[in-house]
Amino acid sequence: MELFELTLHELQERLARREITSEEIVKSIFTRINRVEAKVKAFITLTEESALQKAREIDTGGKYSGIAGIPLGLKDIFCTRGVKTTCGSRILENFVPAYESTASRRLHEQQGVLAGKLNMDEFAMGSSTENSAFFATHNPWDLTRVPGGSSGGSAAAVAADEVPFALGTDTGGSIRQPASYCGVVGMKPTYGRVSRWGVIAFASSLDQVGVFSKDVRDNALVMNIIAGHDPLDSTSAAIEVPDYTSNLDGDVKGLRIAYPREYFGPGIDSAITQSIKKALLKYEEMGAVVEEVSLPHSEYALPAYYLVAPAEASANLARFDGVRYGYRDFEAENVVSMFSQTRAQGFGDEVKRRIMLGTYALSSGYYDAYYLKALKVRRLIANDFAKVFSDFDMIVSPTTPTVAFKLGEQAGDPLTLYMNDILTVPINMAGLPGMSIPCGFEQGLPIGMQLIGKAFDEATLYKAAYAFEQNTEYHTMKPDLGVK
Amino acid sequence: MALTIKEVEHVALLARLSLSEDEKKRFGEQLSSILNYADNLNSLPTDDIEPLTHILSVNNVFRTDEIKPSMGRDEMLANAPQAENSQYKVPKIM
Repeated sequence: MELFELTLHELQERLARREITSEEIVKSIFTRINRVEAKVKAFITLTEESALQKAREIDTGGKYSGIAGIPLGLKDIFCTRGVKTTCGSRILENFVPAYESTASRRLHEQQGVLAGKLNMDEFAMGSSTENSAFFATHNPWDLTRVPGGSSGGSAAAVAADEVPFALGTDTGGSIRQPASYCGVVGMKPTYGRVSRWGVIAFASSLDQVGVFSKDVRDNALVMNIIAGHDPLDSTSAAIEVPDYTSNLDGDVKGLRIAYPREYFGPGIDSAITQSIKKALLKYEEMGAVVEEVSLPHSEYALPAYYLVAPAEASANLARFDGVRYGYRDFEAENVVSMFSQTRAQGFGDEVKRRIMLGTYALSSGYYDAYYLKALKVRRLIANDFAKVFSDFDMIVSPTTPTVAFKLGEQAGDPLTLYMNDILTVPINMAGLPGMSIPCGFEQGLPIGMQLIGKAFDEATLYKAAYAFEQNTEYHTMKPDLGVK
Repeated sequence: MALTIKEVEHVALLARLSLSEDEKKRFGEQLSSILNYADNLNSLPTDDIEPLTHILSVNNVFRTDEIKPSMGRDEMLANAPQAENSQYKVPKIM
């Protein structure tokens, strides 16, 4: 077994027993990156020099605990002090932040070692990572397919054993959908659970930071570090963070699990439906109570999301104007055309589309018809979940309607691409925690099961996910990249 | 509903995006189809529903007004496309 193949907790144990050093781990993962990165293309920036240097410092100090000495990847949306942060966009191609995001700062403070910054759809807008301004990332399970998005680089890097864990962000499914497509564990916690400070904003009432990992325990370990209130983010919740690893005991006896009929309907690949139903039977065998429920407003979540998210994006992305950072068009003669031409040249198609859509939905005469209407529908969607959670502990569904699609297959039609988010978007609209774990394969491609929890009850999701993992082998399967 | 080129131009102006003729046409069509899809929401009666603007029931999060060190001016200006005398420089406004 090579070091790069191991999970975070396996590496922790070996470091603690002094069998290996951090430098050996870092060298191992860069050996792996050198072998597979030309195929997978998960990273925008690699930080090998600084990673090796930090690893040596940690080895010299000799204190191994938590994630100390263990490499990690960050979606290129997290501002990293002194390390280029592009957000997958030309407009930030040369942006080097002067500050560090709270989530990544917490990992650095625990002596995690940054291996690099990961590819993503531009400004986190997309479901395939093909909207990156730089290049597309490939799915390690089938290099002709997408890894999902927008955190596609994070998912692919973990699946390809390039890093043991990575952070991503999820506004409408951008952690869960790529985790599902790449066969890894992805957690989007409750809105407000993790600070968004220093994370380049897409839709501020929906964005949330989360974790990609090879198994459930690793995910809980990292969430323990990044979760919690941050005075720099007024929307981060001042609610105590439990130790998410403390009840990974495999016990789901009496756990009340609901599955919404609207999430198993037409449009969902039958192999995926079958796989989730099989997983539900497994939960029943383990002693959980499983019942069908209804979330009657489900079909309205996607259209409402595609008004709310672009509206917020159009406001957030107004800051990219060529004045304080990023690309500027120097040809323009006055300041207004400088703004307009800078943005025209700096943003890609999907970003422009969403800015236009959001600007329209917020504009005079259309605000009530579109934006306000969508916020009212958002209330109905949240109420649906609240009603189910008055009687259940967890909701289970497929994460995605299909397995990973081919690169280029859905590039032409924005609406078709938006449909990928149909099972994940409602959870963001309601602000709830959602997680995707591997639960099967369809023609060699991973299937993900989505676990949805009550607000701030990530602990139940981790507990239930761990129980499933202990009784199945899916999380141990690895893609064959044709190299050792 | 279908957006006219004039409406597309108006939105592009509000959004400070200069678009090519081709983009105006393409975005016009694509936005129209997305808005048609959004019109599905109209089948849902929502007159008595309070809009959900924020998930957490927090408002007016205050902190004490204390002077703390700020980020360095030079460090922040290092990312500016153009700066002069410790200030951002832009093309003429008037």
